[in-house]
Amino acid sequence: MTDQHIASAFDRDLEAIQARIMKMGGMVEAAIRNSALSLETRDEELAEQVRAGDKAIDGLEELINEETARLIALRAPTAIDLRLVLSVLKISSNLERIADYAKNIAKRTGVLSQMGPVNDSAAALRRMAREVELMLKNVLDAYIQRDAELANDVIQQDREVDQMYNALFREFLTFMMEDPRNITPCMHLHFIAKNIERMGDHATSIGEQVVYLVTGEYPDEARPKADTTSETAVLGS
Amino acid sequence: MNDMTAVERAVDTKEIKIAANGVQVYYGDTHAIKDVDVKIEDKTVTAFIGPSGCGKSTFLRCLNRMNDTIDVCRVEGEILLDGENIYDPKVDPVQLRAKVGMVFQKPNPFPKSIYDNIAYGPRIHGLAKNKAELDEIVEKSLRRGAIWNEVKDRLQSPGTGLSGGQQQRLCIARAIATEPEVLLMDEPCSALDPIATAQVEELIDELRENYSVVIVTHSMQQAARVSQKTAFFHLGNLVEFGETGQIFTNPEDPRTESYITGRIG
Repeated sequence: MTDQHIASAFDRDLEAIQARIMKMGGMVEAAIRNSALSLETRDEELAEQVRAGDKAIDGLEELINEETARLIALRAPTAIDLRLVLSVLKISSNLERIADYAKNIAKRTGVLSQMGPVNDSAAALRRMAREVELMLKNVLDAYIQRDAELANDVIQQDREVDQMYNALFREFLTFMMEDPRNITPCMHLHFIAKNIERMGDHATSIGEQVVYLVTGEYPDEARPKADTTSETAVLGS
Repeated sequence: MNDMTAVERAVDTKEIKIAANGVQVYYGDTHAIKDVDVKIEDKTVTAFIGPSGCGKSTFLRCLNRMNDTIDVCRVEGEILLDGENIYDPKVDPVQLRAKVGMVFQKPNPFPKSIYDNIAYGPRIHGLAKNKAELDEIVEKSLRRGAIWNEVKDRLQSPGTGLSGGQQQRLCIARAIATEPEVLLMDEPCSALDPIATAQVEELIDELRENYSVVIVTHSMQQAARVSQKTAFFHLGNLVEFGETGQIFTNPEDPRTESYITGRIG
């Protein structure tokens, strides 16, 4: 199949929408990176930047929704074009959610900066955030290159993020039991860890969209789930 | 318009009305249809799509032996209607065409009254014993053609005086007056405005309850709207035949994909 439509304006419209997705993806990657960095370095200014940047990401999502609706109405896309348009809608919504989580992390940075650090947990969270940022980068590469294999790799990668979250969950529990003064920061840190874990889920969901876009079918295996914290308890004490 | 859900459509299996096996069509030296196998289901709308000259109309015309009228045209292979080969020498093409009706691209009412347009077929096939029965057939056909209310007060006016959309529905009513089992439609809406097109499409959907409908269309959106099965023809080959929803969301053949998405192929 050739890549170009006979109606070249259709190609321009599709390219424009995809360019917006990539732009949004770049902004969201930066939001993840900066929110984790601001947490580790206690940089409240950077955290404020992340919070302010979320508006632009929301605006971009709205724009993508409008342009997609217009394209559906005017071009009645079918087959690969239809799948592209459907995936654009879902991916932009996934990206918007990831940005919300980054914003939430940035909000907590302000409170946490007022307290003493809890061990080296901020560094561990940044490693986790870096993993998710990498997932997002890879999945967007997979999207633009129409690479279902790479998208599947990202889906598998989510397991590692889940395991990092499990480890942090247990760590925070231990810190809180050791010293009640750790409870406040650890509650915040736990929310941050959970936020990052959810970002991974959204990156995974984008991976599933890429597989659908390329193959026309959703990946048949259920996504790997390694988040076991719903069954974790510390007994005794 | 269609009260079946996508899932019901996917699992719904029907009896085979027409089975074509290894059909080849030649116009003189030109090989127009190349080894086409297709199974057309009963009580189903099947759409034939493809670029101009791909053979879809030629193939449609094989289904009621309209190609017999073209001297240089030669048809090989077999086409079974309810298991009987329609190209068998014993088959009378006139009787066959009463069973397999056809509607053409341009509405072509006879230069007669609306009533006589419908009554013509039943008369020559002797379907009515008396005037009362014929009246009944005319009314029933016009009702099924979704045009009764518009013409019931002027059945004696000429059919050619109707609007294009009405004429086409009149032709559909005429085609179903002989109680065919299969209705072939060759671009029935290409000369109609969007309102008349919607009326004809609604009519096609209703006809599906009783007939097997095969429609050739250049409008991909129309094929998507009215059909349950879609066949894509290209250069005389049947490239892909499948459930309409599947063809339009995830076609298997790259040539189908190129064509339906409007890419150069």
